[in-house]
Formats: sequence, C-alpha cells, structure tokens
Amino acid sequence: MSGLAVSDAHVRLGDKAVLNGVSATFAAGQVTTIVGPNGAGKSTLLTALAGLRRPDRGQILLGDADIYGLAPRVRAQRVGYLPQIPEVAWAVDVRTLVALGRTPFIGARGLTAVDEAAVDRALAAAGVESMAHRNVMTLSGGERARVLLARALAGEPQWLLADEPLTGLDPGYQLEIAGLFRKMAVESGGVIVTLHDLHMALRMSDRVLVLAEGRLLADGKPIEALSSDILAKAYGVQTRLWDGDAGPVIEIVGEVLGRRG
Amino acid sequence: MKTISRPLLFAALMVALVLLSLASLSAGKVWVPWSAWLSSADDPRWAIVFELRLPRTILAIAVGTALGLSGAVLQGYTRNALADPGILGVSSMAAFGAVMTLYLGMSVSMPWILPVGAMIGAMIGIVVLLVLSSGSYSILTFLLAGMILNMVAGAGVSLALNLAPTPWAVSEIIDWLLGSLADRSIDDVRMAVPVIAVGCALLLTVGRALDALTLGDVGARSLGIRLERTRFVLALGVGLATGASVAVTGVIGFVGLVTPHVVRPLVGARPGALLLPSALAGAVIVLMADIAVRITPSVVELKLGVAMAALGGPFFLMLLIKLRQRAA
Repeated sequence: MSGLAVSDAHVRLGDKAVLNGVSATFAAGQVTTIVGPNGAGKSTLLTALAGLRRPDRGQILLGDADIYGLAPRVRAQRVGYLPQIPEVAWAVDVRTLVALGRTPFIGARGLTAVDEAAVDRALAAAGVESMAHRNVMTLSGGERARVLLARALAGEPQWLLADEPLTGLDPGYQLEIAGLFRKMAVESGGVIVTLHDLHMALRMSDRVLVLAEGRLLADGKPIEALSSDILAKAYGVQTRLWDGDAGPVIEIVGEVLGRRG
Repeated sequence: MKTISRPLLFAALMVALVLLSLASLSAGKVWVPWSAWLSSADDPRWAIVFELRLPRTILAIAVGTALGLSGAVLQGYTRNALADPGILGVSSMAAFGAVMTLYLGMSVSMPWILPVGAMIGAMIGIVVLLVLSSGSYSILTFLLAGMILNMVAGAGVSLALNLAPTPWAVSEIIDWLLGSLADRSIDDVRMAVPVIAVGCALLLTVGRALDALTLGDVGARSLGIRLERTRFVLALGVGLATGASVAVTGVIGFVGLVTPHVVRPLVGARPGALLLPSALAGAVIVLMADIAVRITPSVVELKLGVAMAALGGPFFLMLLIKLRQRAA
C-alpha cells in the first residue's frame, strides 16, 4: 500500500493563487478530511492529488512515483476520484453507470466475471443493489449520490478522493457513508474527502487539514485541527468545542468581526 | 430498462441489409428480376445490375455506415443528442472543397478532381478543428470550432455560387450540393470505400472513452481516459469517413442525426453500445432512401439528400413527440 503525498504545491488560476505551497503526507488506513472556507482551494487540492490537475509547481507522489508520470490508466486503477458535482449525461441504468467505474481495468473483451463481481460488491456497499435496473435519471438526489459513490467504489481503488460526498444526503445516509469510508480506509487504502460540515469532519475523520487562501492552517487530529483559534482564522466564526453524548461537538457561537477580508 | 438483445438486433439489421441490397440491385426505372442476374454479359440488364446498381448499392451501404457511425460517435463525445457530422463542419468543408473544383471548372477535364477536392476540404477542416480546439478539454470549444468551420465553409460555397462564371456552373454546383448516388461507378467505390473503412475502424475504437464521458470530462479523465487522444482519433475518423462520403454523394443530412435516436431505445443509451448498431442502421436507412428515390415515379430522379431531409424531418418530429409523451 503506497502513501500519497503532496509537496509544495502551487496552482494559479488566472491571477489568483489557489494553492500557495501546500505540503502534506497522507497515510494509508485513514480517513483524512480537508475543510476550509469557500474558495480556499479544497477542490483544487483534491484534483491535484487525484492526478487530474498538475500543479504549476510542486509534486504529488503516489508511493515513490510522481503521479503525473504514471500512465493515466495505471493511475486510475489506483486512485479513484468523485467530483463535487458529478455529471451523468445519458439515461443509462444504475448498473451500467456503476460498471463505468471498471473502465481502467477493461480489456478488449469488455467486462469480465471479475469486473461484474466488483460491480456487485460496489452496489452492495453503497446500498443501491435494489435499484440496479432503474434509470439513473429517475433517482432522487440522495439515491443518485450513492449510485455515483458506488461507481467510484467499483474500481476498488487504493485511494478514494471524494469532493463533498455528503452534500445533499440526509443524516442517516451521511452516517452510513461515513461508515463506508471508514471501512474502505481500513480494508483497502486511504480516503480523502472535502467537507463543509465541521461536525461531520470532527466525527468521521482520523485527521483534518484546514485550508484557507491556498495555505494549510492546520494538519492534525480532528480535535486539534478544528480548535477555536484555527476556525476563527479560517472562517471568521467563533466556535466552542464541548463533549456531547456521542463525542465532541462543534458549536458555532457567532461571527468574529474583522477577521475576514 | 427494457432493451432487446444485441445479437438479435444485429441479426435483424443484417437480414434487412441483405434483403435491401437485393432489392436495390433490382429496383429502378427498369425492374430487373433476379433471374436476369445470372444471364450472360450480353444481356443489357446484366450491365444495369453490375455496372450501375452494384456500385450504387455498395456506396449507399458505405455512406450510410459512415454517417450513422459518425453521428453516434459525435453525439457520444459531445453528450448532445443533436450532434452530427454537420456540426463539426467537416461535411461543409468537404462540400466546399468539391464546389471549388466545380467552380474552377476543373472537374470537366479531370472528373477525379472533385472527390479529391472534397477529401482535401475535409482534411483541412479536421486540421483547423484540432488547432482551434487544442489545449482545452472543453466540448464547448470543440463545438464552437465546428460551428466556425461550418460558417466559413458555407460562406465559401455561397461565394462560389455568387461568383460562378456561368449559370451552367451554378446549376452544376447546386445539383451536386443536393446529394445523390445516381450514376456512380466502380471507380467511386474504389476511391471512397477504403477511406470510409479506415475512418470507421478508427471510430469503433473510441467506444470505451465515450462510455466514460457519460460521467463528464473530469469523470472520464479520472477513469484514465486520455481525452486529447480520443479527440484526435475521433476527428480523424469522422473526417475520413464523412469526407469520403461527401466526396462521392454530396451532402446527405439527417442520417447522422436520426440514426442514433432510432437505435437508442433498442440498445440503451450507453454511447459505446450504440456504435455498431448505428453503423448498420445508417446503412439500412440510406439504402432504403436510395431505393425509394429510384422507384418514385418522376421525370427527373429525386435527389437523395432532398428525399432524406423530406423523410427524416417528419420522422424525427414524430420521435420527439413520442419521447415527450413518454416523459410526461
């Protein structure tokens, strides 16, 4: 199992420095969450890590190899990526869509028994077996999000990188999918997600990265990274961390005036 | 979702193609019964079948295959069910190339120059398209580049008509632009079919990339698809297949647009699964239309391009209405 690391990544979009020297090492077996205000560079960092957007400066290493030196197919077999707003262009059935996740493995003969088995496992893991023959266009938002997650799981990647995978899901599914990420991290590799929900970040992560204006403000255990000081700096809000019945809770108390600008 | 099995569909399309081919050899101003095919070469009907109708039949199949497949590939790539070879500007550039040879009057002394002009036009179209849309994954850029080409080629054709030296040249250009398979020879077959075959072979390799593109550009790239390469192969394949088709028949619209729509309800919407059925169905459609054109009683034979638009338009409208009813 190879680690994933980013060193000194810089990305400019137009005249804005979206990433400004980000370095981090991701360990296998963990769920790492990247949080930060809108426009902090979370999605850009995730696409860079996924091998889909080469940083202008800096390097992404998968094991010992530069991820941008790998053949796209090889990279895709090892790193799965779930975009923030996943597109589905055609009215295919759920199983066909999930099977697209096997694309990096398909040879000249099409889907093999091995591929079909992986698709079955992915459908089961995301809890969407029962809708396998439904048209994707007829699904509700939550169903669709889980189907697209199943698509990412079908490739059985070592690393799963998901951009805001919990957005639009009800609390039950949020917890279920958080559990799925945990299971995946333990069994097959590592999971890196971006989140807006600080409470979920606290609850589901082994480690949290706080990103603001293209720089890392914190990188560590959730409790430490999501401290009041850091959140005040990142978001300009005042927070309080207290012990709830089911573990620590982040309460947003109010705005910190003059912090953002 | 309900679809029919692929082997069954292929078998049905192949049977239709064989039956239509036989009909195509027999049908026309003079009906040639099948018994006459085996008669000696002295029989004038033998010449009608093998020197006139055989090339015409082969070309109808080749052109239909090229257009149906190109349409399916382009709809898959652009994720837009309204795309067809016309949208890339390749058809118009090929037409422009051919019209230039007519305008300059070169095709009188050298009949082979017209198809060559069409192919050169198509090739220039592809190169311009790739240059205009390089350095970007965006479909919008690709479509815009195609639209620009279309407009430039259309303006070029208009200019040639405008400046045409004689009314005779004008009528020749218009006649050719309308699209027809009449009076094609075995030389046209020799010229067009190999190029169409190479183009179609290229296009059949992009199926998996088109499937992955169902998830969008980023989705496809995250699955290890090299979009630059896909686009290159696709542009080259469409250019060759469409360019060679336009070279022998003039512009025949609607096939590329309609065929994938006919096939989609039968095999499902996965773009890769549409390619081969669309190729076969395109051949069936063009062959049917060409037979219809020949047996329609009229003084002057109807133009295939005109007939296709006349039949294709209402058919497509019906399809849309049916789809809307089902969605409602």
